[in-house]
Amino acid sequence: MHIGEKAGLKLGKAMRDVFGEALLAVCQANPRVVVLDGDLSNSTKTEYVRKTLPERFFNIGIAESNLVGIGAGLAGCGLIPWITSFSSFLLCNAYDQIRLAVAISNINAKILGSHGGITLGKDGPTQMGIEDLALMGGLPTMVILVPCDEASLRAAVKAATDYVGPVFLRSSRVPMPQIYPEERCPFEIGKANVVRQGDDLTIVACGLMVGMALDAAAELVEQGITARVLDLHTLRPMDTAALIAAARETGAIVTAEEHLLQGGMGSNIARIVTEACPVPMRFIGLVDTYVESADPYELLEKYHLTAKDIAAAAVEVLAAKRKTADVVPAQA
Amino acid sequence: MLDYQEEAIDLNLLKDKARQLRLDILEMTTKAGSGHPSSSFSAVEILTALYFGGILRYRPDEPWWPERDRFIMSKGHAAPLLYAVLANAGYFPREELWRLRTLGSPVQGHPIQGLLPGVEATTGSLGQGLSVGIGHVLGSRLNNLDYRVYVLLGDGECEAGQVWEAAMAAAHFKADQLTAILDYNKYQETGPISREMGLEPLAEKWRSFGWSVSEVDGHDIAAIHHSLQAVPAVTGKPSMLIAHTVKGKGVTFVEADYTFHGRALTPEQAAKAREEILCT
Repeated sequence: MHIGEKAGLKLGKAMRDVFGEALLAVCQANPRVVVLDGDLSNSTKTEYVRKTLPERFFNIGIAESNLVGIGAGLAGCGLIPWITSFSSFLLCNAYDQIRLAVAISNINAKILGSHGGITLGKDGPTQMGIEDLALMGGLPTMVILVPCDEASLRAAVKAATDYVGPVFLRSSRVPMPQIYPEERCPFEIGKANVVRQGDDLTIVACGLMVGMALDAAAELVEQGITARVLDLHTLRPMDTAALIAAARETGAIVTAEEHLLQGGMGSNIARIVTEACPVPMRFIGLVDTYVESADPYELLEKYHLTAKDIAAAAVEVLAAKRKTADVVPAQA
Repeated sequence: MLDYQEEAIDLNLLKDKARQLRLDILEMTTKAGSGHPSSSFSAVEILTALYFGGILRYRPDEPWWPERDRFIMSKGHAAPLLYAVLANAGYFPREELWRLRTLGSPVQGHPIQGLLPGVEATTGSLGQGLSVGIGHVLGSRLNNLDYRVYVLLGDGECEAGQVWEAAMAAAHFKADQLTAILDYNKYQETGPISREMGLEPLAEKWRSFGWSVSEVDGHDIAAIHHSLQAVPAVTGKPSMLIAHTVKGKGVTFVEADYTFHGRALTPEQAAKAREEILCT
């Protein structure tokens, strides 16, 4: 059973191929876009640009610090660099360079962290970016995008390129279900999308977990529960209004991310919800652990990142919501 | 390829500039009560030759002129020197200098890109400037512009791996528009380089990375000027000018005490230093 199947969604193509095509498209549309690679163009699919527009492609080699620094210099020339590599290598090797040369400098550079999360699978924990969203969260000027399907990834690459300022885009390796129609993806930086309506609770998810959340919502219907699903494709700036509305209108929230819970999406949502409209919450994500080499689906299962886990959390949070309602009578 | 004519320079005028820069660095850091005066003093003659000897092409009234030559202060702790140079070159009023390290001032403890005209890169975490310089070289090719890029490196900074990543890449990209100048004052924060983390044979290291290397007395303005006019010495190769300098140059008691690295002079020490600078 693939992600999105329960929700009646078809699987799209591999996200890395989509990224490669989307990047080539923005390069062809805007002559100021240049691509920098950390010797992984065959994996990140920036090779499409390399083949088609070789003069605007630079392989900097296995030297992520230098990769980011050179990108910053190109931005200083009025060009728009896409600095690309695996999320894990790029962010962990060059965090200081991203902090100084990109974030503090607040330059117009774009960073692709590919192979985010645990679903790169068999290559194991050394290659997985499970802390990337927390790291980028530590950089106050950095826009953070985590698209959830083919159409939103294409839209995110374009939106990131058009935006003036530093942007981090996380993509993953495995194919994701097609959630948005190809030509009509409403992707606006900082504006979350309600991808399913519901009143009993809200599931907030990003990336791969949006498809999972839709599966969970389909499962919950069978138990008479209607879940709203919010695609939080932008983690900074976070759509505070949509989150507060979710808390007020549905009274319970489950968050789901393919990332460590510490410093990830859920903890930031909790801060916003706790301040504005505290409601019972549950969090799906990795709990203080590294994972191992295995098939992606086996890993999602073992580390409790499936639709089943989200649905169980939903039932739990709903019980907590009803209990709270019993203790504190609703104001008329 | 740029063609620089050997120009006659007015050495006395440049020495006056160097003296003024030292006085400004002294006043800024003592007023701020912190900063890196000795690391700034060691590179005064290098920047004097570059900015005031007609090497660097720049327009203070049009700071982001696309064809400007770039200067990147990779050893960001020498920010007082960079600020003094930019103010004296006319990028911003000299009054700004006295706001170093104070609330609301663009004259930050280490250079921040975007806050002041003429500051090309954010630096202060060492090892990063040379990479940014390569980006400007690649950018010149894409934008069909002809300019040179100069990066000032510290010696201790050359202990950072990123410097050698950049060294390798500059040679790979045949970045002969790029000149790195190494302020080889022989000291790092905690002591002599040779004792803490030796760099020698330094010139050989850069040569083996594919650079054209020359060496110069880093306090001889005429010699520095001559060396900078000679680059690129080899077509297709980036140039490295190792400038042998003295940390704290110009003030005898600062030269004798490397612990002035991250420490400003007290007002009393500054008065004494000022006298010595004015007499030389």
